[in-house]
Amino acid sequence: MSQRAVPGFRVRRSGPLALLQDAGRFGVRHLGVTQGGPADLHGWAWANHLVGNSWGATALEITFGGIELVAERDLTLAVAGADLGATRDGEALPGWQSVAIREGQVLAFTQPINGLRAYLAVAGGFSAEPVLGSVACVVREGLGGHDGLGHTLAEGDLLRVGEGGGRGGDVRSAPPTERPDYRQTARLALLPGAQIGGFTGRSLFDAFNAVWRVDDRADRMGVRLTGPRLRCRIESLISEGIGLGAVQVPPDGQPIVLLNDRQTIGGYPRLGALTPLAASRLAQCLPGQEVCLAAVSRERALADYRRFRAVFAGVV
Amino acid sequence: MTGRVTAGLPRLEAAGLDAWMVRLFATIDEANLPWLTALSRDCEAAFGEALVDLVPSYTTLLVVFDPLKLDPELARRRLEAVLAGLTPDADAMDGEIRELPTWYDTSVGPELGRLAERAGMSVAEVIGCHSEALYRVFALGFAPGFAFMGLLDERLECPRLDTPRQRVPLGSVAVAGRQTAAYPAVSPGGWNLIGRTAARLFDREREGFSLLRLGDRVRFVPVDRATFEAQGGDTTPMGEEAGR
Repeated sequence: MSQRAVPGFRVRRSGPLALLQDAGRFGVRHLGVTQGGPADLHGWAWANHLVGNSWGATALEITFGGIELVAERDLTLAVAGADLGATRDGEALPGWQSVAIREGQVLAFTQPINGLRAYLAVAGGFSAEPVLGSVACVVREGLGGHDGLGHTLAEGDLLRVGEGGGRGGDVRSAPPTERPDYRQTARLALLPGAQIGGFTGRSLFDAFNAVWRVDDRADRMGVRLTGPRLRCRIESLISEGIGLGAVQVPPDGQPIVLLNDRQTIGGYPRLGALTPLAASRLAQCLPGQEVCLAAVSRERALADYRRFRAVFAGVV
Repeated sequence: MTGRVTAGLPRLEAAGLDAWMVRLFATIDEANLPWLTALSRDCEAAFGEALVDLVPSYTTLLVVFDPLKLDPELARRRLEAVLAGLTPDADAMDGEIRELPTWYDTSVGPELGRLAERAGMSVAEVIGCHSEALYRVFALGFAPGFAFMGLLDERLECPRLDTPRQRVPLGSVAVAGRQTAAYPAVSPGGWNLIGRTAARLFDREREGFSLLRLGDRVRFVPVDRATFEAQGGDTTPMGEEAGR
């Protein structure tokens, strides 16, 4: 980023987890370095888009809420993704649209109302030194984020932003069709994988007809689903590369959907992989929520993904 | 692709919207490496700008691409063409020889005794056996710079711990099954710990970041405590918050 960086926000109170995320860390997975990036690509992309940032700009992923930020200057911002009860100086802050904040005002996030992860974008983007080509913050690997060391935000931390981000401009808002109700049971599109034939017929029926519950063992590495026990004739494989959204089934028969911070290689058989948008949708589910899996064709998944990305192509 | 052929291989497998899994072999073998290296190189040339990541492992290569730049069906056809013309990379077996100075001691390698007991050897013999071999890097994964190396002498073969440790200290040298590795960072882990190295396995300031690369050959060189400390090693015994 050649743009000069200036102070944007000071963290007044830290929440459970707030991480800077650009599109992700690519080209280093062969070294065991994970992808990172926003767990919900849809919310992250909209937050950036609403403040005029191009694809890939760094936004803040806030999980659960609990964080309070003080504006260090006048800024244009947008919050998309989850509704975590955001307020500006105590007044409810509208989500899914660009809003202005003045120097000294407090932006606070309380708790999940609809969804799990909110994305805060500022015009000009958040600014930090890239590590291995990316700002994506991966706590487990100690890479990226505001300090380059993979730390979640803590009280007193300073978030820098690209200069010139304070310009006002027209209010932009996302159409209602783009604002998901994350409380609804999600139908997660899954591309069947090579080992699907190894599962028993009964297990395949269960996989796509049962209602799955999001377990509390869920984080940016993966989300465990609980439900009927799936049986696969293949118990384990020689470890191999794992893609985003891969649905692996360990011997206990309870699937784990692998998200952005997953290990790069692994050895459990897989039902297949969620599409990028389905993985994003799952990342907004709270423990205890119900989801369904629905097989989808590659053609259909690609068409959906192209339509999604077209919104953000080349528009600033 | 000609040479080592297993029925039905090589095979292209669906691995999500943005990836194909190229399955080349059915078993772990050093002789897989020249093929995997050649395949990685040819994929880089064939995919160009559309390539996102290549993740080689023991028998496979995951090819990740941008589906907006290259249609998945077209990507599949390119991979088929690459496989049809694939010849092994003769240089792959000459990977660098890396030495990892290792302090073998029960204070930092609590499973030395377990290995010795299983093998019917003394601890000194276990250390000799582990450090005499030249290991090959078969895969990187689990964590940045974590190299899966093999094959371990079968007398030292030992299952993973029943309960993984929450916190394995930086530089821990470990074995599991017929593999060995060194932990590049503090992390959870279920392998048997036998020593510690002060080598910097992953360094963001280093060209290429990771000390060990696919195909490298690695020797663990026994050093004494004083040498290990002089190299910057942390001698804090296990269970006392080592590796901070």
